[in-house]
Amino acid sequence: MTTPTPVVAGKLKSVLTDQLRNIAPVFTLLALVTFFSVAAPSFLTVDNFMNIMAQVSIIAIIAVGLTFVILTAEIDLSVAAIANAIGITVAYFTVQPDYVNIANLPMPGVIAIVLTVLAAFAFGLVTAFGVTWVGIPSFIMTLAMMQIANGVSALLVRGQIAYKFPDLVTTLGAGDLFGVRWTIIVAVLFLAVGYFVLKYTRYGRYVYMTGGNREAAEYSGVNVKFIIGSVMVICAVCTGIAGMLSVAYYGSAQQNQFDTYLLDAIAAVVVGGTSLFGGRGGIPNTIIGLLVLGVLNNGLDHVQIDSFLKILIRGLILLAALTINVYAQRLKENN
Amino acid sequence: MRTQSESRGEPSPLLELSAVSKSFGGVVAIENVDFQLYAGEIHGLVGENGAGKSTSMKIIAGVHSDYEGQMYVQGQPVHFKSAREALAAGIGMVHQELSTCPDLTVAENVFLGQQPLNRFGTIDWAFINHEAKRLIASLGLDIDPTATMGALPVGIQQLVELSRVLFSGARIIILDEPTSALSPPEVKRLFDVLRKIKADGRGIIFISHFLDDVLEISDTITVFRNGHKVATDPTASLTKDDMISNMIGRGSIGMHMGESADLKGDDAKPIVFEAEAISDGKQLRDVSLKLRAGEITGVYGFMGCGQIELARAAFGKIHLHKGRFMLDGQEISFRSTAAAKRHGMAFVPENRSMMLFRTEPIYKNVSIAILDRIHRLLLKPGTERSITKTHIDDLQIKTQGTDMDLGSLSGGNQQKVALAKWLTHLPRVLILSEPTRGMDVGAKEDVIRIVKGLRDRGVAILVLSSEPETILTLADRVTVLRKGVVAKEFNSGTIHKADLLSAA
Ligand SMILES: Nc1ncnc2c1ncn2[C@@H]1O[C@H](COP(=O)(O)OP(=O)(O)OP(=O)(O)O)[C@@H](O)[C@H]1O
Ligand SMILES: [Mg+2]
Repeated sequence: MTTPTPVVAGKLKSVLTDQLRNIAPVFTLLALVTFFSVAAPSFLTVDNFMNIMAQVSIIAIIAVGLTFVILTAEIDLSVAAIANAIGITVAYFTVQPDYVNIANLPMPGVIAIVLTVLAAFAFGLVTAFGVTWVGIPSFIMTLAMMQIANGVSALLVRGQIAYKFPDLVTTLGAGDLFGVRWTIIVAVLFLAVGYFVLKYTRYGRYVYMTGGNREAAEYSGVNVKFIIGSVMVICAVCTGIAGMLSVAYYGSAQQNQFDTYLLDAIAAVVVGGTSLFGGRGGIPNTIIGLLVLGVLNNGLDHVQIDSFLKILIRGLILLAALTINVYAQRLKENN
Repeated sequence: MRTQSESRGEPSPLLELSAVSKSFGGVVAIENVDFQLYAGEIHGLVGENGAGKSTSMKIIAGVHSDYEGQMYVQGQPVHFKSAREALAAGIGMVHQELSTCPDLTVAENVFLGQQPLNRFGTIDWAFINHEAKRLIASLGLDIDPTATMGALPVGIQQLVELSRVLFSGARIIILDEPTSALSPPEVKRLFDVLRKIKADGRGIIFISHFLDDVLEISDTITVFRNGHKVATDPTASLTKDDMISNMIGRGSIGMHMGESADLKGDDAKPIVFEAEAISDGKQLRDVSLKLRAGEITGVYGFMGCGQIELARAAFGKIHLHKGRFMLDGQEISFRSTAAAKRHGMAFVPENRSMMLFRTEPIYKNVSIAILDRIHRLLLKPGTERSITKTHIDDLQIKTQGTDMDLGSLSGGNQQKVALAKWLTHLPRVLILSEPTRGMDVGAKEDVIRIVKGLRDRGVAILVLSSEPETILTLADRVTVLRKGVVAKEFNSGTIHKADLLSAA
């Protein structure tokens, strides 16, 4: 028999390779927090923490949906465009002030919201149909959906800006509850439900297994088309709700408002360590990813840095995270 | 002892392992293995599932780089960090699992990683395609070098992969179960090629569970058991029984796979599932077949005869062009594998990577097919584990526990897991494609016992195989397929291996 030392070392090593994708993002987060706390006294305060939370809360809602999609080894590039289109849709169903020159279709608040959520659902269904029935790769299909959603936005606002939204949407997007912004509460709710579904339900297991090996899932009698279609719908609905809250958050709805959301949402999921090849990762990873992203964006504002350099730094961090992501996958497979 | 080496008077081995050990996260896979391969030698390697054959070979081929002990190539100490380094040192390996690139063409696969360039420094496609066709032809295959790899049957892919390594110019060639998907004529052609390579003074390591093949082709045979090398002997001094008792560490249990069989087709048994003149528009033409409750129907045929398509069509994976399926006398067409499963169909494909999740624990691999029976909405991991534990014990799957990654199991044990997932709730119809491929003698016996047990509990079973022994040991009736059509049916009486071979 082998001596005990290599055995223990071997165990440790295999745990480390196993967990690299989970450990690395946590270290990144700790490193960033430490760095900014030292570099800027204004960083490590309760107020600023709530700031960071508010800043990432809307991305968080999108990231929940995107986590489902990426776990099945698909991708959704249409999230920013759909958030935009759905934000505009809810404004379209709301009475606007006189100076807003949009041929809209006002409805009572609740109906407006229900219709808007249905619209998000419909976007998701179209994507699902294209990816599963027609068999278009999600990468291409969602590019097309991005364009379609942008088209819908353009037609609805025609270059104008809308300022009014149903009261409920305004409260949730811009209001707070005992000093905590509603968007944070909604985001935590979405993350919690997403976590529960992925971790404890049969559906969640199917999502992981489909991402892990689609063919094997199919030969085990899993309806992979349904699973893939449904994650696309889940993502579209999450994205739509985020879009509604977001227009209320900013107090206006217009074309091309949320273009940064796409990269942010994908970055949050991937930086957190969810595998782009599917089957590994989950909501806890996404939470860490969101915090890394939030701390990075917010921290860079606290230290005096050339704002153009910031863009580059974000890109580099993303690259590093992607490298770890792919590397972790390879370690795991070679083991 | 070693005839070739003695005649040249104490040559140093082409390859030598000295006291090599390897463990995975504390689990010992091989321990203190000494091994020599000489130039001009075909060295057979046998052992039960999980004995450590693949692990030792992966160390030689640079796949596993952290191990203890020493390795020498032509007397020089080496320690490969990657498969690429091993390849550069002249060591090529064909792995037990197919490792071809399904999206590339046949020619690209043959020249993977070593595309010859023309004088402009670009890839010379005309040359590649031409050469690939010529090389593959020497294995007796006539296929279009520009065909996409993934579209070909597994057996053909295996041959293409073989040709990549055989003709790479490697001096040491390792073949891990190269014949598992090959038909007898293909095996014979492969052996001819191996003998030529050996005559060039290169060394070949040949791993197989087909002991007759090993006896036929090898000059020397090494037996592994439980991570240890237990014996190395010249083939001439060995019998099959010697090998078996070395492998299992006790006397041969007298278990020999069938050379002939007494069929027991009983027309009184109710028909459960029926194919009526089905065609898939490509491989299958007008195939009819009846599966009866409590009977095993064997489908025998050479690779590419349409078995693969037949199994997939019955499980709702490919759609019919003509003809229909009947379940309990009702016409039925499955829109998806999920629908097939709901109707009580179950399928174990011939290629385990199609059925298994390598990086997931064993219990998730087993439970995936029965989650809907365990609970509708929420998972019950405790139940999943205890069900899995039962199967591990029943099937004697060699592992540390239900939470080990599937990828940590040896090839044969993975195969058992693939079967285990359908055993918890009895299916009405069980379709098994190559159920004993890659299994050692003992494991084959286990699988045969289990499949017969299922039959006796009333499951209608379809076994498709290109190994006559498997069919003869299991089947109550046999249908022989040739080039996608039913060539012959045997329902009763005694049949012999020769009957199957001549009908196919
Ligand atoms: N990556 C791995 N992680 C953990 N354990 C492993 C790993 N690979 C192999 N093992 C273990 O090492 C032992 C030897 O496995 P190996 O694959 O070498 O067997 P084998 O002789 O090739 O068997 P088979 O005939 O079934 O292919 C087995 O007990 C297996 O579970
Ligand atoms: Mg093996």
